[in-house]
Amino acid sequence: MNQLQNFTKGFFKENPILVLVLGCCPTLATTSSCLNGLGMGIATTFVLLGSNVVISLLSGVIPDKVRIPAFIVIIASFVTIVDLVMQAYVPELYETLGIFIPLIVVNCIVLGRAEAFASKNTVLSSFIDGLGMGLGFTMALGILGAFREIVGSGSIFGYKFIPGDGVLVFILAPGAFIALGYMIALINRIRRT
Amino acid sequence: MAKTESTLRNMVMSLSLIALGASACLGFVYELTKGPIELSVLNKKLEAIKLVVPDFDNNPNDEMFRLPTGEGDSLDIYPAKKDGEITGYAVSTYTNTGFSGYISLMAGFKPDGTIINITVLSQKETPGLGNKMTNPEFKDQFNGRNPADFNLKVEKDGGQVDAITAATISSRAFCDAVQRAYNTLQKGGIK
Repeated sequence: MNQLQNFTKGFFKENPILVLVLGCCPTLATTSSCLNGLGMGIATTFVLLGSNVVISLLSGVIPDKVRIPAFIVIIASFVTIVDLVMQAYVPELYETLGIFIPLIVVNCIVLGRAEAFASKNTVLSSFIDGLGMGLGFTMALGILGAFREIVGSGSIFGYKFIPGDGVLVFILAPGAFIALGYMIALINRIRRT
Repeated sequence: MAKTESTLRNMVMSLSLIALGASACLGFVYELTKGPIELSVLNKKLEAIKLVVPDFDNNPNDEMFRLPTGEGDSLDIYPAKKDGEITGYAVSTYTNTGFSGYISLMAGFKPDGTIINITVLSQKETPGLGNKMTNPEFKDQFNGRNPADFNLKVEKDGGQVDAITAATISSRAFCDAVQRAYNTLQKGGIK
């Protein structure tokens, strides 16, 4: 697999949300608007990049039996850094994402990539893998968020183009499941052909 | 690179070193972001105070004092003064009865208890329903009212507050927080 394929697999072939269906908790909870989805995606991308690089650097020296605790410590550190930086420089976004920033620690995508990819590959491949996976995740969250915002509140990026309320259910949790379900179905249809 | 053996010594060593490195990084980032975080919290508070009490020339944040609510808790009161005269109080109040729990508000009162303005500091209410409490259509109905002769309850409970459609619990919680601020001010004997 060349590096380009390594990069693009996160968008379509192995998209963490739409194909692997990993990390659904933040996906469903934070995509009530496009901006929130993108913010969450970018925060996760940063954590993925950092943890993938550090873990692939250290994979030679971490004994196998304690690799999971070691990975978790590294991931948790990156999440805390993101948490503090967001709190300091983008307080509004930090407040809307709230509890889901610290919860990136337990996002399956981050540990999944550390275990399945970064610990077995070179630093460069891991970096590209993290970037591709992170941006694929961001893209999925952005599309889901945009869809829910347009249908649910008749606005996009906070700019209202339909007066009044939208289809409220799409702002709430059930709408997230419905929208995600259709997105996965659509991707599956495209993949089969 | 040869894989490190999983001996006890290696495991303890590697985990300790990783933990040490991680804590060093975190300490560094913490120091770096401490200032900006405090600043953004302070700015947010000052903005809220400016929104809810009439113009002032003192620094309400420096003259902040606490009053007990009578429920084993206390609220932060920010007095607004102009030329040494009290023009109002900004009260940082809260409620735990929101649809998603905790809601915190900043409510501004004139010295006679009349509500000047209210702003929501933090809430986790349902988007599209309960979070409409931040809209002027709902929260501005309190402005200019005095809880002494304005029943701070939703109409369903026999009060005079026009609740948000499909979000009675959130509306009730909002009233509860405002009532708490008013009661605390009154109990504190502030006129």
